[in-house]
Amino acid sequence: MAAIPLNDVEIKEREKSIVIKGKQKKQLICDTESIAGCVSQRACVYCGARVVLNPVTDAVHLVHGPIGCASYTWDIRGSLSSGSELYRNSFSTDLKEEDVIFGGEKKLASAIDQLVEKYRAELVFVYSTCIVGVIGDDLEAVCKAAAQKHGIEVIPVQSSGFIGNKAAGYRAACDALLRLIKPGGRQVKKREKCINYLGDFNLAGEAWIIRNYLRQMGVEVNVTFTGDSRYTALKKAPEACLNIIQCAGSMNYLASKMKELFDIPYINVSFLGLEDTADSLRRIAEFFNDSEITRRTEELIRSESARVKLIVEGYREKFRGKKAAVYVGGGFKAISLIKQFREIGIEVVMIGTQTGRKDEYETINELVNDGTVVLDDANPTELERFMTEKGAHLLVGGVKERPLAYKLGVAFIDHNHDRKHPLSGFVGAVNFAEEVYSTLCSPVWKYVR
Amino acid sequence: MKKETVNVRNATENPCHMCMPMGGILPFKGIERAMVILHGSQGCATYMRRHIAGHFNEPIDVASSSLNEKGTVYGGEGSLKQGLDNVRKLYNPGVIGILTTCLAETIGEDIDRIAANYVDERKPGNLTIVPVSTPGYGGTHFEGYWVTAKTIVGKLAQKTKKHRKINIIIPNISPADIREIKRILHLMDVEYTMFPDFSDTLDRPFEKPYLKIPRGGTKPADISRMPGAPATVEIGITVDDSVSPGKYLEEQYGVPLYRVPIPIGLENTDRFIEVIRKITGTPVPESLELERGRLLDCMIDSHKYNFQGRSVIFGEPELVYAVSATCLENGVFPVVVATGTRNRKLTALLKAKSAACPVEPHIINEADFTQIREMARQKKVNLAIGHSDGRYLTEKEGIPLVRMGFPIHDRVGGQRLLSVGYTGTAMFLDRITNTLLENKYKNYRSGMFEKFYHASNE
Repeated sequence: MAAIPLNDVEIKEREKSIVIKGKQKKQLICDTESIAGCVSQRACVYCGARVVLNPVTDAVHLVHGPIGCASYTWDIRGSLSSGSELYRNSFSTDLKEEDVIFGGEKKLASAIDQLVEKYRAELVFVYSTCIVGVIGDDLEAVCKAAAQKHGIEVIPVQSSGFIGNKAAGYRAACDALLRLIKPGGRQVKKREKCINYLGDFNLAGEAWIIRNYLRQMGVEVNVTFTGDSRYTALKKAPEACLNIIQCAGSMNYLASKMKELFDIPYINVSFLGLEDTADSLRRIAEFFNDSEITRRTEELIRSESARVKLIVEGYREKFRGKKAAVYVGGGFKAISLIKQFREIGIEVVMIGTQTGRKDEYETINELVNDGTVVLDDANPTELERFMTEKGAHLLVGGVKERPLAYKLGVAFIDHNHDRKHPLSGFVGAVNFAEEVYSTLCSPVWKYVR
Repeated sequence: MKKETVNVRNATENPCHMCMPMGGILPFKGIERAMVILHGSQGCATYMRRHIAGHFNEPIDVASSSLNEKGTVYGGEGSLKQGLDNVRKLYNPGVIGILTTCLAETIGEDIDRIAANYVDERKPGNLTIVPVSTPGYGGTHFEGYWVTAKTIVGKLAQKTKKHRKINIIIPNISPADIREIKRILHLMDVEYTMFPDFSDTLDRPFEKPYLKIPRGGTKPADISRMPGAPATVEIGITVDDSVSPGKYLEEQYGVPLYRVPIPIGLENTDRFIEVIRKITGTPVPESLELERGRLLDCMIDSHKYNFQGRSVIFGEPELVYAVSATCLENGVFPVVVATGTRNRKLTALLKAKSAACPVEPHIINEADFTQIREMARQKKVNLAIGHSDGRYLTEKEGIPLVRMGFPIHDRVGGQRLLSVGYTGTAMFLDRITNTLLENKYKNYRSGMFEKFYHASNE
């Protein structure tokens, strides 16, 4: 395959965010603002904040703004709860023209009253949207007054859409979580062999799968951020002796803050794919330096691997010579996917993320083969072009990318928050291989090629 | 006179409406070689693309001016112009629609001026830019759709010589419905200009190579000739005059306007065909009479099953009216009718239409799903008809949902749902009847056992 002449990328400003492994020395530029008119696949600050906080099950999630922001995020994700279903509602102050002119503070205060009285919640997150800052509503003051009035916690989330990209929303969510978990004078009693699990949103019960593994190892999960989490459990977050982080893009900031404030060390993990799952479990065991935990961990890995390895390897033969393209939200997912595809014998020929960080792109660059296209904040034009030029048979992405793949006659893997099947752990590795098989080897393709 | 009650609440709980720019995207997708850019922060475009893509199962490319903090404070003119430049480079469109968002409107962006200025500066040749003001807080996606359709017609229409093509104004219905209306018009040998027409652009066949802007859509040149039409048939009886493309053509160019409901249901389809017949003078072809006869046969075959239905109908006012009318003529009485917007016409129309109905429909304007659920429970509803968000009623109250309208994102085929005309109505009615039957059989044995066997042993 001939080298891709990058000098004909349609938009000059995009060149710095696209590299070909081995072809150029240049460093990929990421975490920039999206360029106007490029049709970025990214969402906004509010989206980032909402993704991270929404799985807190017993909170009222109130969107302060016009209706759209709440409407497009009503119960669209697959996060599961073992208790309250309150988080699956979409609450909005539904600001109208007169509110925009005269200010929305009164309406917000009344909305909090209405919801707190009706649902008896102990925790309210109030999300700021684009216009809230512009019309000058004092979110802090309204939340503070409401908290005092009801004797509960009402936490503002500074997630106005224009103040940065999706990653800024992760940070806004983490700041809100920090406010929530700060002990405020209370004595923190550390709990041994008890950890927090950061960056799992319990899609299709994934956090439960990992919790069960850890339990078999002799380690308890204190609280998950934020999959299936509750107000009271989150309050106890400082008691953990270790933080493990999966979705690093959204949670590294919170972990480093918790290290600073509560002296909780952290390690990055990933439970996507057999290799990463086993490796992550071992590193958690290593932290405890406890022979019983180590023994139980090895036993777990042995028995689970034995069960699933043959199934996963059975697919390798069917996937021989196939090439994958990856375009996902965060860097950790992209990194794991390269390894996971390798496990089933598929080469990644194009890979990108919406919000990957510099260090993550460095890892990606180390992992992929020469000639692989690596790109940040891609648009449909680039996805189409590089998938076609690199001969990808499969795309991994979200809802917006799916129809593009199908129109190009390319198989598709749903690696997004909408999915209803777990991709984590040993069971997830099997699901992943099966999903790849279901789309790559479907009989429909023979009619379109 | 009784004052219209305004639905006052402080918090909307589970909305039954979306925002204006969302509705505005659709008419632009119904123009040949058109692209849209939203003037606002990046998230708006992405959320709406996701929502629309989920319904149509089509790639939905919508650009954004990606306003950042600097643009918000000092004005977004530079971002918007850069956005227009890049959209042209990537898509080479013939038409670019600019839709505003809450943010652009709140900071006071004058998009008409920016667009005019852009054309002066760049001299983009054969490109038409249509700026439309669609503040997210100014109304719902229903108003967004119509104000955009009207603004497009206002921008493109020009005084033209009289011609024979009737204007057909299309509301937010499925691509399959639009194709069915075309088929009926062909059967009647009618020449027409249909706008907007997203029957191909949002439901395209699989073909290679992939085109970034799909084939199809109303030609801008045809829109510009709409003032020369013998008449306009606007499928939109709940549409306010101020946002009606048909009204605009009537007032500005004297094109006679006929407003009809969406041709779903026997009476509504009769009315549509009668209006076309009246304008063109062409007789109704025999094949359509046969279709009508089959629909009648279908209605009679199913009438007893349908009489068991007590329905809640929700969504955009125009669709809600047509569905309610269809339910009324089949005995699936609508007991709760709700729309997320405020629409006086709908209320009046429904009251008139349901005057002879044994149960008076409870009409909720500016509804949210928490209110709809509460009312559905009170009124003992056993069937819901509307878009996918109604799955909430199924989950919480066990009310089965016949999916209809926009968006349908938890099932496939929203773009293929056929419900207009005699044939489409029969298919729609079958979906309703079969849902009632499915529910009946699901509970029949256990229900009777509980009710009578247990009762006799007590």
